[in-house]
Amino acid sequence: MLHIYCPYCGEHREESEFRPKGQAHILRPKDPDNCSDEVWADYLFFRDNPRGLHHEMWLHATGCRKYFNVTRDTVSYEILETYKMGEQPKITAQSRAAGGEK
Amino acid sequence: MQRYSGFGLAKHALSHNENWQRMWRNPTPKKKYDVIIVGGGGHGLATAYYLAKEHGITNVAVIEKGWLGGGNTARNTTIVRSNYLWDEAAELYEHAMKLWEGLSQDLNYNVMFSQRGVLNLGHTLQDMRDIQRRVNANRLNGIDGEVLDTQQVKEICPVLDCSPNTRYPVLGASWQPRGGVARHDAVAWGFARGADALGVDLIQQTEVIGMRIEDGQILGVETTRGFIAAETVGCVAAGNSGVLARMAGIKLPLESHPLQALVSEPIKPVLDTVVMSNHVHGYCSQSDKGDLVIGAGIDGYNGYGQRGSYPTIEHTLQAIVEMFPTFSRVRMNRQWGGIVDTCPDACPILSATPVKGLFFNCGWGTGGFKATPGSGNVFAWTLAKGYAHPIAAPFSIDRFVSGKLIDEHGAAGVAH
Ligand SMILES: Cc1cc2nc3c(=O)[nH]c(=O)nc-3n(C[C@H](O)[C@H](O)[C@H](O)COP(=O)(O)OP(=O)(O)OC[C@H]3O[C@@H](n4cnc5c(N)ncnc54)[C@H](O)[C@@H]3O)c2cc1C
Ligand SMILES: [Zn+2]
Repeated sequence: MLHIYCPYCGEHREESEFRPKGQAHILRPKDPDNCSDEVWADYLFFRDNPRGLHHEMWLHATGCRKYFNVTRDTVSYEILETYKMGEQPKITAQSRAAGGEK
Repeated sequence: MQRYSGFGLAKHALSHNENWQRMWRNPTPKKKYDVIIVGGGGHGLATAYYLAKEHGITNVAVIEKGWLGGGNTARNTTIVRSNYLWDEAAELYEHAMKLWEGLSQDLNYNVMFSQRGVLNLGHTLQDMRDIQRRVNANRLNGIDGEVLDTQQVKEICPVLDCSPNTRYPVLGASWQPRGGVARHDAVAWGFARGADALGVDLIQQTEVIGMRIEDGQILGVETTRGFIAAETVGCVAAGNSGVLARMAGIKLPLESHPLQALVSEPIKPVLDTVVMSNHVHGYCSQSDKGDLVIGAGIDGYNGYGQRGSYPTIEHTLQAIVEMFPTFSRVRMNRQWGGIVDTCPDACPILSATPVKGLFFNCGWGTGGFKATPGSGNVFAWTLAKGYAHPIAAPFSIDRFVSGKLIDEHGAAGVAH
């Protein structure tokens, strides 16, 4: 069972209170009527699906009912950080490779 | 290849079973092949077998990072059926079903294909309407199917709780008598032995770690045992397809999720068919050894760890006990996970890519075991000719751009 820190509630809670909601930081094309089919398909269907660090959204479904972001390793399942919507991750594949923060 | 027969069994018994041939060689990789298959699961091995058998292409290597059939092929709950809703999917899975029906003979290997029938339960009026629609669509496609009421379900499966007092009463089911189960390991081993006998090199313990591409043409793969050349490469790597695609600079519409299964201690025969329920989300059959084979749902998060979470197991067992109250005190023996590559429309990808000579067979998600012979058969055709087999054509990656999705979330509603 994962223990997840909700940045809004400010507490660790059990996995079963949350729902994973997939890759984070996906931007909706600004002008959908004028973007190409490829750009629209990329927005709707194509995902990074990395084996390693993944930035993803979770919903605190039976808690505060807010969305937030998680940086998690998809092999060890270790959660490295959680952060609010609109914020950027501190830990990325690049920062890890550069030997910075773990 | 040493052929298996009843007579052979007796003969080997006389020599204390000491003279059985190895089922396949363990070759050193050559420098160059006509075709490389990445991934030695059922689909990859079937592809290699049909390439050699039906297209005469025998200079083929299957490159597997672990052992043959050790991925999802060895981890699945072995349900085989072909009652999919849309014409494109129905044709693909029924093509596989027809091959299953002659597979043990064709491979001279007992894959223990057992057509014990598959029940898909309906618990609500909407479930029953969907079941009717799907069975009618199946029949129009020449696929066997019947709509059953509660009484008929009870006759086929007495151990199922069909009383009106349950939280989600069984209102009926769809029934595909030709569906059933097969022995998953035997499927991988049978295809491996058949392919090896036709000259295919099965290269285990060798991981593909890069792709060599020049001017948009694939030239071969980098492996943990060095570079191996081929101008046609087929990737059949299930949950790791995205990792391979990234090596070629391609993005796929896939997400990798853990999917779990459990088996119980062996018990006397109680369940001689396959029961699946989308609504309470559980499915169960009993193996020839007597263990109950139980499938869970996927974990909602992406994962490559070949294990899943406990809340998912708990949820699954709640559903199983709801359907089969008599199973409540059966103990579970083992539990494990595989990594499934789910696609947005719950249909696979059998496709060329922007890289010339590089093809993908993936996206089978939670339900590709049933398609193993059919998938290998049409993918081999595609690799041999360089363009899609007519049955495979609708499953190209382009459908996510054109919008021509094949939505099988109904027929694939419960993971299986
Ligand atoms: C718990 C569970 C239950 C299931 N139940 C059913 C069911 O009842 N019915 C059904 O039809 N389907 C079911 N499925 C789905 C089914 O198992 C799969 O769709 C199917 O087995 C996929 O076969 P495959 O050969 O494509 O993949 P796999 O058997 O996973 O083979 C892929 C192979 O590629 C190898 N590989 C990956 N990356 C590399 C690399 N870089 N280099 C070399 N080799 C690599 C892997 O080691 C692996 O052996 C289930 C799956 C799971 C996990
Ligand atoms: Zn919260």
